[in-house]
Parts: sequence; structure tokens; C-alpha cells
Amino acid sequence: MSGGERAALAVALPLAGALLVALSGRRPNLREAFTLLTGAALFALVAGGIRCGARYELLQIMPGLLLALEVEPLGLLFALVASGLWIVTSVYAIGYMRAHQEEHQTRFYACFAVAIAAAVGVAFSANLLTLFVFYEVLTLSTYPLVTHSGTAEAVRAGRVYLGILLTTSVGFLFLAMAWTWQLAGTLDFRRGGILEGKAGPGALGVLLALFVFGTGKAALMPFHRWLPAAMVAPTPVSALLHAVAVVKAGVFTVLKIVTYVFGLDLLRTIPATTWLSWVAAATILLASLVALTRDNLKARLAYSTVSQLSYIVLGALLAHKWGVVGGAMHIATHALGKITLFFCAGAILVASHKTKVSELDGLGRTMPVTLFAFLIGSLSVIGLPPFGGSWSKFYLALGAAEVDQPAFVAVFMISSLLNVGYLIPIVVRGFFRPPADGHAHGHEAPAFCLVPLCLTALGCLAMFFYADDAYRLLLPIAQR
Amino acid sequence: MILNNLPALIIVVPLLAGLVTPFLRNGNRAWAWVTLVTWMVFAMSVAILLQVRGQITPWHGFPSYPMSSWKVPWAIEYRIDAVNAFVLVIVAGIAAVVTASARASIETEVPKDRLHFFYAVWLLCIVGLLGITITGDAFNVYVLLEVASLTSYTLVAMGKERDRRALTASMNYVVLGSIGACFILLGIGYLYMATGTLNMDDMRLQLLKLYERWGRGDLAYRKTVVTGFCFLMVGFSLKLALFPLHGWLPNAYTYAPSSVSALLSATATKVGAYGAVRFLFTILGARFCFEEMPSGVFLMIFASLAVLFGSYLAIRQNNLKRMLAYSSIGQIGYIAMGVALANPSGLKGGLIHLFNHALTKGGLFLALAAVAYRMGGTDLARMRGLGRKMPFTMAAFLAGGLGLIGVPLTSGFVSKWYLVVGAIDKGQIALAAVVLVGSLLALAYVWRVVEVAYSKAPDSAADVKEAPASMVVGAWVLIGASLYFGIDARLSSDLAEQAARALLGRGP
Repeated sequence: MSGGERAALAVALPLAGALLVALSGRRPNLREAFTLLTGAALFALVAGGIRCGARYELLQIMPGLLLALEVEPLGLLFALVASGLWIVTSVYAIGYMRAHQEEHQTRFYACFAVAIAAAVGVAFSANLLTLFVFYEVLTLSTYPLVTHSGTAEAVRAGRVYLGILLTTSVGFLFLAMAWTWQLAGTLDFRRGGILEGKAGPGALGVLLALFVFGTGKAALMPFHRWLPAAMVAPTPVSALLHAVAVVKAGVFTVLKIVTYVFGLDLLRTIPATTWLSWVAAATILLASLVALTRDNLKARLAYSTVSQLSYIVLGALLAHKWGVVGGAMHIATHALGKITLFFCAGAILVASHKTKVSELDGLGRTMPVTLFAFLIGSLSVIGLPPFGGSWSKFYLALGAAEVDQPAFVAVFMISSLLNVGYLIPIVVRGFFRPPADGHAHGHEAPAFCLVPLCLTALGCLAMFFYADDAYRLLLPIAQR
Repeated sequence: MILNNLPALIIVVPLLAGLVTPFLRNGNRAWAWVTLVTWMVFAMSVAILLQVRGQITPWHGFPSYPMSSWKVPWAIEYRIDAVNAFVLVIVAGIAAVVTASARASIETEVPKDRLHFFYAVWLLCIVGLLGITITGDAFNVYVLLEVASLTSYTLVAMGKERDRRALTASMNYVVLGSIGACFILLGIGYLYMATGTLNMDDMRLQLLKLYERWGRGDLAYRKTVVTGFCFLMVGFSLKLALFPLHGWLPNAYTYAPSSVSALLSATATKVGAYGAVRFLFTILGARFCFEEMPSGVFLMIFASLAVLFGSYLAIRQNNLKRMLAYSSIGQIGYIAMGVALANPSGLKGGLIHLFNHALTKGGLFLALAAVAYRMGGTDLARMRGLGRKMPFTMAAFLAGGLGLIGVPLTSGFVSKWYLVVGAIDKGQIALAAVVLVGSLLALAYVWRVVEVAYSKAPDSAADVKEAPASMVVGAWVLIGASLYFGIDARLSSDLAEQAARALLGRGP
């Protein structure tokens, strides 16, 4: 099997898994086994069998417009993150869904698998059209997951979710894609970009704005509202999709467009890049400030995610290799950190039925492991050594310094301080304050929750040591 | 020998069959007969298309088929090129699928003692539509237009068993449709006055001579031609239901029997669009219509208004048939937009949307026919939870709805792509924005249905089962085709490209 065929298999495997899950709905154990097997197979394939440069043409939709896959470092990183975390989340989800005796579990697992297939498709897309197709499939396949509970509130949230994501993708991204086609005659992703010399800086600036705002999944303000709205979904969904797959697909798209459609050199010559980076900077700060005010734990984490995503967008728009590389590394490190935090939130919900930060006093007495993992996740998101997040934030700040933007360095630092402000108090209250009613209630999280969150917390630690490998993998994308 | 005579057979066979149908008396026999004939007609249209494939010379390069022993241009002639072969296949294909799957639905909505007449009129309507498409004679267009119109008024009125408002809807349609037909007749008359001929190709040649004279300063018959042009445009816009001449459409589609809505929505307006482009591009010529006359501007404005107005009004509708009717008004705006752009990409987009929308809308109305069959109506409020009771039908509706929105991997995406690229090519960013806003409005009205159909609230129709297989299969054939042509649009794109090139007069 050639490299390209293996890349296509990586997209087909979760789809096949979805089908098997859908067919085995009456035998839950078999169904769960299919999910786990598919996940393991996918991770093994992506980690072991796929090399950069593999190419595969799926089909031609319209004359001159192909659906094709091509593996390059950025895509490989995203696919590794998504496939690796899928297995962990599946274990978590199985326990969570069974403990809650949720309905429509088959639909849940099937849509989950389709969403992962779409995420891998986004990761390995060879041109803008393929990316757009898988991007939209991702939106549509995650809708049933967001509205899973079927309550009126969930349906309303689903409307916001779908409304914002489809409005931005149909209204802006599609237009940007058609315009790029008209300017460049191709939609392929190429090193150094495809728009060199095709239009003036003004027009290219508008195009860039259409692309950046059109990627609604990157949650750039003012198109960020879907993320907190999606918190109505069950925690496994919030963990994998809204900490990893969906949002990372968004920032991945921004990174890909910046490096392979525009090219860093061209980006530097466009005035719009500067004011778009200010929008990203504003999002970083505003979202962190809002996170401080949110008592609901998942809402706080949602706004934290909005803020962290704009770190990556800003890194991309710095148009410097360290910004891009730092942003790409942040995809991995933030994914691990945030999924840990969401797993902890879900564990707290399952074990003690608490959703608000103000209720978490003294939690450390009954759930020390969970809270400790939360601490590790927080430290990684804040960007302190010895956790992975420190390296990605380091490179982002370095990139900002290299392009003579001390203001952005300040933004990164201030936001990290704000991260401390909204994450560390949770740990402090949990360990050092007595519980609200005097004595400890509840128990530690069940094993199916505890094991995944410990694994991802360890992953945060491990990323610190693998940062060099990541750096060497990613550096070529920023060079011609 | 049959192959050479296909242009005549494709009209004569169903015409005679239609005249014979009332004598079959029994509704089932009439249906079987009509289904057989429509499938034969479809096969013939495909054969004609295959003969024409690859020959993209403009109209006048094609062999003609005179319908009598007189010489052309006095004989009525049938002429086939890439454009009308394309539209023929669409009309014949839709007619075949809808007829085959509509029996159950028709039996609940049309009284038993009228069924044989109904099927006869049904077949004659199809003949009329096919005839307009295939003919090369301007007056023959009017004749067959009247055949198609009168039969469709009748078909709409047959909905009176379900809802007596069908009679008023049909009356409204009669009045407006007749005005439209009259305008077209007047337009043809004025062109006859100016050119002295009724044959389309000859008219084209005579008009070219007139344009030459005008270029030299001799403005003979100029007012006549301009007047004729205006009458034709208004008349065809009415048949096409282009805003603001769309008033007959919502009620006609809502109160007609469900299968009639399926047939008409996918064919009648498409043939109206074909008539418009035939006169605009082939006979009068793009240069006259778009450079001397401000057709482009007017069409762009009305097409945009159609898209926005139609799609917006669809959002508020509680009856799904009416919702789809307003949606059609919006989608027709897209076709008109493609025509208005009059450049290769834009026109290709308009023509491919003609094809894609016929498939999607036909499939959607067939799905609704299944719903109406089981539930006695198509009110949204009564459809709570229907997604679980009628999973295949609602899945077809969902897929069709996604096609209306223009989600990738549906044919709607392909049409929108070409339209937006065509608009950008011509620098009309506002039009591109209208296309995309239309998609978002479609999202609003489609998602309303999805939310209700798949909601958890107690089901309104407790004992509803899935529709009969014939109806579900019919809907899925059309929806499946629309999905296929969204994944692999090379064939439809090719056909639309050839048609666009034939219209714009560019050679291979």
C-alpha cells in the first residue's frame, strides 16, 4: 500500500468504524469494541505508517477541482493529536455515557467517528476545496453531538452553533475560496503560497480577512459565541471536539492558509495582516477576561479555549516562522492541556454533580487525583515548565519579539497571567479551603474517568520533552 | 431509421398515447400505460443527447428535422443542439421518475372516476413541455406552451378534492398564465413583423441582417424588434415565475396534488427558463440583448430580489409545500442570475442549476408527497418527530434540504460554485454576496424542518408508518441523483458547458 493510499485509509477507517457502530447498535459491548478498535487502528496508522509527501487523489468533483489528500508536517501533527486523543476520549466516553445511561448512544459514537474522519480529512487535505468539504462535514457531523440531549436548551445551542459556523463558512470562506480560484487558477496548497503577484495588497487584505473570519471554528471574535454555546453537549464531546478536533481544525485551517495559500513573505506585505492580528490580540485578552467572570466551570474553560485559539491565530499572522511553528506546537500542547481540564470537569460532574467553580471548595479532600491532574493541565495551559505549553508559548512570544511587536509579547504575557487568575484559584480552593458544609462528601472519580485524565496529564509533561522533535518536524512548513 | 426520427417520435408517441389514455378507463391501467410511455420518452431523450454530445457548434450547425414535406423555413422544424438536448433529458427524466412513483399519492388525491382523464392530461402536459424544448419554430413554441399551460391549469385544479382553494389557485394561474402566453404571442408576432419568418433559425439570420442595417444607420423595424423583445421577456419571466411575476406559483404548488407539484416544480419553470435563453441568446443574440438592451441589469436586479425575497418568505411558512414553493422562487432567481451574467462561467452556473434544482426540488416534493400520503397534509406543526416515524422519507428531505443550502457534496454546491465564480469573473461581487446570503436563508428554512422532524417532543402523529416503497424509492432516485452530481459533477458540468458555449455562440 502506497503512502497516499494509507492517507486515504486514515480517512476511510473512522468512516468504516462509524458504519460498524451504526450497525451494531443492539449490542453495546460490540459497538464499543468497534469504536476502540477503530481508534487504535487509526492511531497506529497515523503514527507509524504515514510519511510526509504522500499524495492521493480521491475524485474530481468539477473539471479542474479535485478532492485530494497530501500529507505534510502540519497535517501530520494535527492528525496525530486527533487520532491519539480519540482513543483516550472513547474510553472516557464509554464510561461516561454508561454511567449517565444516556440515550442515543449509537448515534453518538457513529457521529463521533464521522467527525474524526472529517478532522483527519481536514488534516490531510491537499487543496482548499478538500479542506472546505471536510470542514463542512465536521460541522454537520458534530451538530447531533452538540444537540445530543435533545432538550430545548440543547436545540437552541445547536442553532447558534450551526448558525455561526455555517454563516462564516458559506458567507466568507466560500467566497474567499472562489475568489482565490479566480485569482490563482488553482486551489492547491503549495509551499510559499499560490497568490504571489496575483493581486494588490488591498485586495489580498480583503481576501485574508474573508479567510480568517470565514474560519469560524477558530473562534475569532465576534464569531466565537458558538463555543460557549456548545458546552451544552456531554463532556466527552466538549473534551474531544471542542478542545481538540473542531477548534483545532479551525486554527489548523488558518495556519494552512497562511503558510500554503498566502505564504509568509506575501503576508508580510499586506497591511490587513496587522489589523487582523490586533483582532486576534483583542480576542486573547477579552476572552480571558470573560473567563474570569464565569462561574460555570465548562463555560470558563470554553472562554479559555477561545483565548488560546487566538494565540495560534496571532502566531500565524505574525508572518514569522517562529510564530507559525509556535502556533502549530500550541495545537498539540493546548489540546493535551485542555482535554485534561475538560476530563476533570466531567469527572467532577460525574462524581459529585457539581458544575460551578464556587461549589468546588474542599474538593481536594475527596478527589485529589482529579484536582492534581487539573493542576497539571492548568500549568500547561498557563505555559509554565516543565509542561508542554511552556514551549509553544515561548516560541509564540519569541516570534512576536522577532517581528518587533513588543505589544504582542505583552498580550501573551498578560493573558498568561489571566490564565493563572481563572485556573489556579480552582485548585487552591479545592485543596486549601474547607468544603462549604464542613465535611467532605462524595468520592474520587471512577476509574474510566480517572485513567484518561491521568494519561493526558502525563502527556502534558511528556510534550515538554518532545518539543524539540515537534520543532524539527514543523520548521520546514515555514520555509520555501 | 428510428434513430433518425427520434425528434418527431419523442413528441408524437406520447401525444398519441395521451389521447388514447382516457379510453383505458381503469386508473391503474392508465397509470401503467403512462409510466411506460414516459420511460420510453426518457430513453429517447437520452438517445438524442448521445447523438448530440460532442457537437458543440451553435444551433445553425445542426441538422434540422422538418415536420412535413415543405421546405424549411416554411415548415415547422425541430432542431436539436446541446441546449435543448440537455433540457429534454431533464424534463423526460423527471417525468419518468415522478410518474413511476406517484401512483399511490395520486390515488389518494384524485377521485377514482377521474383517474384516467388525469393521467391523460398529465401525459399531455409532459408532451407540451417537451415540445417547447425541441421545437425550432417560434409559433410552435406558443402552441405547445398553451398545451403545457392548459394541461397544468387542469392538473393544479385537480387538487380540489383535498383543498377547494386549488380551484382559486388554478384560476389565478389561468389568468396569469394566459397573460404570459399572450405576451409571448405578441412578442413572436412583433418579431414576425420585423423578420417575415416564424422559423427560429431564419429569424436569427434575418435579425442579423437587421442589426447590420441598424449599424449603418437605417433603423428599419427597430422599434418593432425592441417591443417584441420586451413582450417576450415579460411573458417568459411570468412563465419562469421570476420576481415580481411569481404570484401564481405559491398557491399553485401548494394546493395542487402533491405529485403534480413535484412534476411542475421540476419541469415547468425549467422549460420557461429554456424558452427565455433560446430567445435571448440564439434568436435575438447576446449582443443585442445584453449590450444594446439593458437585460443584464434588469435580470440581475430581479434575480437578486427573487433569491432574497423567495428565500426569506420561505422561512415563515408553516405549510411545507408553500415553503418549498417560495424556495423555488428563490432558486429560480439563481438560474436567472446565471443568465444575467451572460459569461461562460455564469451561464454555465445558471444552466447547471437548472439541472440540479430540477433533481433536488423534484425529490423534495416527492418526499413531501409521501408525507402527505401518510399524514393527509404537510403542516409543519403536525410533523413533530416525523424523522423517527418516516426515517427514509425525512432523510431524503434532509439530503434535499442540504442541497438547497449548497453544502459541499451536494449538487447545490456545484451550482453555487459556478455562479459565484461567474459573478467574481464579471466583477459583480454584490451578486456573489446575494448567492451566499440566499444559501444562509435556505439554511434557516431547511433547519426549521430538521429541528421539528427530529425533535424529542411527543410525536404529533402517533401511528404514522413509513411511506410505501414506490414513493420512497422515487424520492431517493432523484435525491440520490442530486447527491451523485454533487460528488461527481463532471457529466452535468460538461453538458452545461456545452450548452453555455452553444448559447454564447462560441465554437469548440
